[in-house]
Amino acid sequence: MTVRHIVGTAVPRKEGWDKVTGAARYVDDMVLPGMLYGATVRSNAARGKIRKISFDSSVDWNEFVIVTAKDITGKNCIALILDDQPCLAAETVNHPEEPILLLAHADRHKLRKAVEAVSIEYEALPSVHTIEESEQKSTIIWGTDNTFKSYLVEKGNVDAVWKEAAHIVEGEYFTGAQEQLYIENNGVIAAFDPESGVTVWGSLQCPFYVHKALMALCGLPEDKIRVVQMETGGAFGGKEEYPSMIAGHAALLAIKSGKPVKIVYDRMEDMAATTKRHPSRTRHRIAVSKDGKILGGEIEFTIDGGAYATLSSVVLSRGTIHAGGPYFWPSVRIRTKAVATNTPPHGAFRGFGAPQSLFAMERHMDRIAQVVGISPIEIRRRNFLKPNQTTTTEQTIRENIDLDRLLSRALELSDYDAKKKRFAEENEHGMCKKGIGIAAFLHGAGFTGSGERYLNSLVGVEASVDGNVRVLVSSAEFGQGTNTVLCQIAAEALGLPYENVAIAQPDTTVVPNSGPTVASRTAMIVGKLVQSAAEGIKQTLTKIGVLKDDYTAEQFRAACGEYIAGHGALKSYARYEAPGDVYWDDEKYRGEAYAAFAWAVYVAEVTVDLTTYGVTVNDFVALQEVGRVLHPVLAEGQITGGVAQAIGFALYEKVVWQNGRMINNQMTNYIMPSSVDLPPIRVFFEELGNVHGAHGAKGIGELPMDGPAPAIISAVEDATGVRIRAIPLLPEDLFEALRHEAIEQDVSSPVRGTA
Amino acid sequence: MNASQQTSAKCEISFTVNGDATKVLAHPMERLLDVLRNDLKLTGTKEGCGEGECGSCSVLLDGMLVNSCLVPVAQVSGANVVTIEEISAHALMKPLQEAFLECGGAQCGICTPGMILAAVHLLEKKPEPALADIREGLAGNLCRCTGYMQIFEAVAKTARQRVRK
Repeated sequence: MTVRHIVGTAVPRKEGWDKVTGAARYVDDMVLPGMLYGATVRSNAARGKIRKISFDSSVDWNEFVIVTAKDITGKNCIALILDDQPCLAAETVNHPEEPILLLAHADRHKLRKAVEAVSIEYEALPSVHTIEESEQKSTIIWGTDNTFKSYLVEKGNVDAVWKEAAHIVEGEYFTGAQEQLYIENNGVIAAFDPESGVTVWGSLQCPFYVHKALMALCGLPEDKIRVVQMETGGAFGGKEEYPSMIAGHAALLAIKSGKPVKIVYDRMEDMAATTKRHPSRTRHRIAVSKDGKILGGEIEFTIDGGAYATLSSVVLSRGTIHAGGPYFWPSVRIRTKAVATNTPPHGAFRGFGAPQSLFAMERHMDRIAQVVGISPIEIRRRNFLKPNQTTTTEQTIRENIDLDRLLSRALELSDYDAKKKRFAEENEHGMCKKGIGIAAFLHGAGFTGSGERYLNSLVGVEASVDGNVRVLVSSAEFGQGTNTVLCQIAAEALGLPYENVAIAQPDTTVVPNSGPTVASRTAMIVGKLVQSAAEGIKQTLTKIGVLKDDYTAEQFRAACGEYIAGHGALKSYARYEAPGDVYWDDEKYRGEAYAAFAWAVYVAEVTVDLTTYGVTVNDFVALQEVGRVLHPVLAEGQITGGVAQAIGFALYEKVVWQNGRMINNQMTNYIMPSSVDLPPIRVFFEELGNVHGAHGAKGIGELPMDGPAPAIISAVEDATGVRIRAIPLLPEDLFEALRHEAIEQDVSSPVRGTA
Repeated sequence: MNASQQTSAKCEISFTVNGDATKVLAHPMERLLDVLRNDLKLTGTKEGCGEGECGSCSVLLDGMLVNSCLVPVAQVSGANVVTIEEISAHALMKPLQEAFLECGGAQCGICTPGMILAAVHLLEKKPEPALADIREGLAGNLCRCTGYMQIFEAVAKTARQRVRK
């Protein structure tokens, strides 16, 4: 066999031509005969008992299909982890925009008017809207203590470190909610047939999550639910758990009407009603030696989960494990919790808790540097994790990562030292101040701890008589490159041209459950399974003697034909097996949290205009070690796209809340970065390799969300000398921070950092 | 918007789409976006926000780049509309599509049709754009996936190739 290298090259994106020509089929491009449109009547109370639902007589309601909680034949919940979230509120509502009633009609125009003609009276109940209010517990809105989940990580004896500390450095940090803002809103079509059951076509990340939720909601067996993923116009976590809700709604309307029902949200509904990134608060109290070494410390990390549990426990888990950053802690105590508020549930968003806790860690490292009197660079060098040391969960770093060298390379690439010096001189004059800042961080790939073992993913590869191969996975493409990368891996494993390999459309009646498309797990974990399933095809053919070890695509085709003629379908499956040396204790939250970490150092350069208080990012260097890069163009696109979203997280994207409702739920007043707002994003890779991933790959999708915010805020501090503890930092926030600083200086507040 | 209830107010509107003379029976205030997608089945034009912010529904109207969610169909009477489905006839379209594919300019693909039309419009006005021109020319089209860098590269590359020819 001629050695071909497909992995590591920039082959064309599998579904790329369809996308650039507008031929790709998204759910809203699909129309079924007799199809109705569905709409949702939602709560306008933050919390209350539903007293009365009235239907205005100006509408002829006989024309409409109407569904309430009473029409649910199975269990009224969105089955996920705790099953506490109803599909339709029956007696009480727990957040604004909670779905209560569904309508369907063939005419979308009439539907819109009908939604407005339904009025609901509530008996208001006291509601809770911040982490602090939830913690006070004077109003209990969930369980017995408003707490969805808490974790405790303990390493060494933290209580012993305080007395040996030269400095004890404390700080408190906040991050805001962030909207995923995929450009394609949530949407599905559902159809029902008494014979075959419910079929849903949708914009989604996790076909089998929707499958599970619909089984519970409709009270139907496994084979009576079919979920098909359509081309998906961006997701970023925002289509991880929410599609189970909208699919449930469309399914209920389809069952009741006997007709296919399409629900596609408009932008305002999508922004107001669907999940966002969890707002967070982190408190650090760290004991350091005279020379700036971390001796130990306490981290308290709290996230606002909204009104129902949904995925908050898992988001909290990732935030917890990443809270200590890429540093060595001789001892640490990390206490974390997810609390309830009367807000639409917060959910999955790229990074999944890590951007929040890492923001705090990185900002606090700068603070420690100030207190100790060394540079932000030096404080990191002195505390970086090294091979054979252990993380906060006591996972031993087995790979040969050299963070010191990674940092040096990032400084070089960004011309850090020269700029730092130059900016300090230039900032003496004028109203525009320049600054440069860094962040060092890590991101674990795959599900946390024993998660991959529970998922027990299954992947298939199928060869046909024409010698073409099809990859069978439930892992979805939503821009990140799943189709392309998994086909590259299969092609390389089989020694076939990339063009001979295709991927099946994710359809739960066709593909096995390869797990959800989340947690930076697809290239690394699913990819590895695709590799072994593909090798299984080759082994089957060579074992029965129809294929030699060394073969051409033509010989492979002949062998497939011979096999299929004699034995029938040629399929090979591979199931996840946990590496033998991986140990994880769910009780103590200790052990090997992730099969692999990606590592990165990012450098941001900013200008702060003290006339407008606007912050502009002028240059951005993103250097990361992500194992083997499977596709250079796609990998770079993951980084630039993630950095752009994270710049939005830091500087532009602010959800404005009013009694638990997002009130700026439009693209006109919730601002994401446009093409004129971003700096050059310069992407660099190091490739150490990873024994657990396909061809040495690690996860890459979420990593770039973690580092930009702390690096940018560090640069803003460098430019202005003012401590910033919260993001997003919009001009009005910076104005407030500077004004606050001025007031504090007037009253000559005590200890101030030596920024 | 479905205009069935406004049948009485419907009128016949003639215009050219991708070189073909077209007639539709529609309410004059119906959005061009809906007429393209629902009546003419040209679903390559996408809706992102419905308020002219994201540019996913961009089309060329007599050579001008417009958000088709903001254009009442009455306004296109007699006009020439170009959508992403216009592959062969427009000299810039195919090179841009190829460059987007090669450079990584399309990820999830939902902003891509609008983005490519914005790029066509830009290169028609400025065959040799500087990076600042590209940024400015695409500023009305939001992309949440790419961070724009690879889109800039695709546009710059197309321009370079054309100048060389």
